[in-house]
Amino acid sequence: MLARRLALLALALVGASAVIFAVVDLVPGDPAVFVLGTGARPDTVAALREQLGLDLPWPVRYAQWLGGVLTGDMGTSLAYKTPVAGMILDRVQVSLPLALMALALAVAVALPVGMLAASRRGRPADALAMGAAQVGIALPNFWFAMLLVLVFAVKLRWLPAGGFPGWSDPLAALRALILPAFALALPQAAILARVLRSALIETLGQDYIRSARAKGLSRAQVLRRHALRNALIPVLTILGMQFSFLLAGAIIIENVFYLPGLGRLIFQAISQRDLVVVQSAVLVLVAAVILVTFLVDLAYAAVDPRLRGR
Amino acid sequence: MIALRDLSITIAGRRVVSDVTLPLAPGQVTALVGESGSGKSMTALAAIGLLPEGAHASGRVDLDGRNLLDLPERGMDALRGRRMGMIFQEPMTALNPLMTIGDQVAEGLRRHRGLGRAQALARARERLDRVGLPAARFPLGLYPHQLSGGQRQRVAIAMAIAAAPDLLIADEPTTALDVTTQAQILDLLRGLVRDEGMALWLITHDLAVVSGVADHVAVMQQGRIVEAGPTAQVFRAQAHPYTRALFAAARHVPPASPARAPGPPLLRVAEALREYRLPRPAPFARRPVLRAVDGVSLTIAEGESVGLVGESGCGKSTLARAILGLDALQGGAIRLDGAGVGPRMPKDQRAQVQAVFQDPFASFDPRWRVDRLVAEPFHLTGRPADWRDRVAEALAEVEIGTEAMSRHIHEFSGGQRQRIAIARALIIRPRLILLDEAVSALDVQVRARVLDLLARLRRQHGLAWLFISHDLSVVRAITDRVLVMDAGRIVEEGPTGRILSQPLHPVTRRLVAAAPILPPA
Repeated sequence: MLARRLALLALALVGASAVIFAVVDLVPGDPAVFVLGTGARPDTVAALREQLGLDLPWPVRYAQWLGGVLTGDMGTSLAYKTPVAGMILDRVQVSLPLALMALALAVAVALPVGMLAASRRGRPADALAMGAAQVGIALPNFWFAMLLVLVFAVKLRWLPAGGFPGWSDPLAALRALILPAFALALPQAAILARVLRSALIETLGQDYIRSARAKGLSRAQVLRRHALRNALIPVLTILGMQFSFLLAGAIIIENVFYLPGLGRLIFQAISQRDLVVVQSAVLVLVAAVILVTFLVDLAYAAVDPRLRGR
Repeated sequence: MIALRDLSITIAGRRVVSDVTLPLAPGQVTALVGESGSGKSMTALAAIGLLPEGAHASGRVDLDGRNLLDLPERGMDALRGRRMGMIFQEPMTALNPLMTIGDQVAEGLRRHRGLGRAQALARARERLDRVGLPAARFPLGLYPHQLSGGQRQRVAIAMAIAAAPDLLIADEPTTALDVTTQAQILDLLRGLVRDEGMALWLITHDLAVVSGVADHVAVMQQGRIVEAGPTAQVFRAQAHPYTRALFAAARHVPPASPARAPGPPLLRVAEALREYRLPRPAPFARRPVLRAVDGVSLTIAEGESVGLVGESGCGKSTLARAILGLDALQGGAIRLDGAGVGPRMPKDQRAQVQAVFQDPFASFDPRWRVDRLVAEPFHLTGRPADWRDRVAEALAEVEIGTEAMSRHIHEFSGGQRQRIAIARALIIRPRLILLDEAVSALDVQVRARVLDLLARLRRQHGLAWLFISHDLSVVRAITDRVLVMDAGRIVEEGPTGRILSQPLHPVTRRLVAAAPILPPA
């Protein structure tokens, strides 16, 4: 039921904002002291606290922050003195396309590999595919990223080694994201292929697969028409989790490729005690995760008629 | 015509089916009977080319002068569904849950007849009408979960006969269904054979079903056909000792307990009411309520054996859960020996009632060893120091040796598992045992031995039991009194012999009429 799900979605967002606010507020360290340095005079610190609104009671600060977020005003960064909303928006422009590209790549690789392994279960093709998946999971992806840079940027000079030129030149921007997307996609594709294989193998053992074969469908038809869709539920669950991870968990790859992504922003903001940025950036991430979970739920219902109307 | 000649099957070098010759004549019903594990299903799967990996068939499966065993997989794919179809035992899982019934029936037509989607769906509609699922109540867009077990089996039949095959193989098609649904499905199958002239190959362990339906019968024992011929003749002659043994087991009645005056009441159910709230039909609508148990009252005396029968969905299992104290009632009361029964009853009260369920495998933890499994109910009474001796004793009572204690449940046969389940129920000496379809999954010979065991245990321990089943022959054999349930109510009750021979209520009459009968010896 869509109305109920939407209400739950809103509730989850409000709850998450409260938790984030509470956690950030509890972190030791006074932002005003951080800005002015530890040697600052107490009255200067007090003046800055007043200017930043830190002297107000917490319910007022929470309401101000939440109201600001809803109107697109997330305050001003303590470290950079620029509007936080603009900073986050700049970073999302890198992280979101990167995550989507990585995910699309992972699916494009995992789908045929998983299907092949499941249909050739126990044969050399299966062993080879799952062996490769094992390697894909085990390889540190920053190492793989550097390998990609060495081959495709340094040696072959097909793609840039790092940096992000901005979306004013879309082609250049896309080219800058290709290698990082591959580096991010490798382990995800490996995980996805393994999940798909085991889900498919379980599905292929079901009675309705035997019924479909008795109708005259070939092994390949049964795999495509009956098994794949039934195996999709666990795959969707993993996909949702992977997307959330890719959005902010790409920090190592962002560092390797000098990409100004969300992960780096949050990491820097935390080390600089730039709590205004941390607070809002984390909220944006949490909102994205909740939204993806919501979309995955809708996808479940689209795939499985038994889940509709609940 | 399709015929098997000298068909043998080996699995990993071991021969499981030997030299089976079986003609399957058009317009006729040919039954293959035997106990589970005798190789019946393997024979059928070999004929349709769907043997599991590692199994190998040799000999001949003749169709139009060709040996199907020589065909490559692609060739068999083209025949399956077009020349022969197959339905299976378990209708609940036989259909793809994510596909509409219309698409599932149409799929074979599109594959074999090259029909477009619209044409195939129109033909699927005809086939669904033919199997008794009319358009008004069963539109093509329904999904399997919206249908009952019997309705799903009808869809499976429609799917198998969509392309009008010469042969329909039905592997235990009614074993998972209640008696009235079983009778309807058997009627439908017989009608299809008559009207469409196809051959029906019926695989079953139930001799009574065979006697009502089949023109020819072949009896299979350990992978060999030991006796075959026209049904009436085979049933009359019973030339082979194994055939005689099967009949004897099917007719088996355990020695009656000495008649005695019923003891004081042990279990009293008074006006029990159990409702389920269903999902809202529309947003903000009130949730409809299903009254699964609707004012049931019954009494079981100490040492009494009571049967509870009814069609699936009549509320038997819901009532059983309430008597076990697993679910709370919305009205009425259940008292055992004067004390209330419910989810929060004390452990010593719970220890008075134990249960044995239909599927012995599903009711055991596969990772535990038998000694721990059988000792499980001790958590209600506290585990005595001599618990291992008590486990050995309980196993001895069900004729299972002590060496079983250190083994896992998958190492036992269906009959042995059910004995172990009974040992588990007995170990804390309950006063009432609830047997929910406890012998339905067992072969006739095993069933006969388990029924004897139950009768002996009842004599020795003065146990009372409530025997829930859709199998009237078993209820007749081992209960003193029977309750008939329909739509959440008890509609008739009385001495078992009288109720089953002179049923008064329409539901009881329907059940008795639907129950397949063995011809008299």
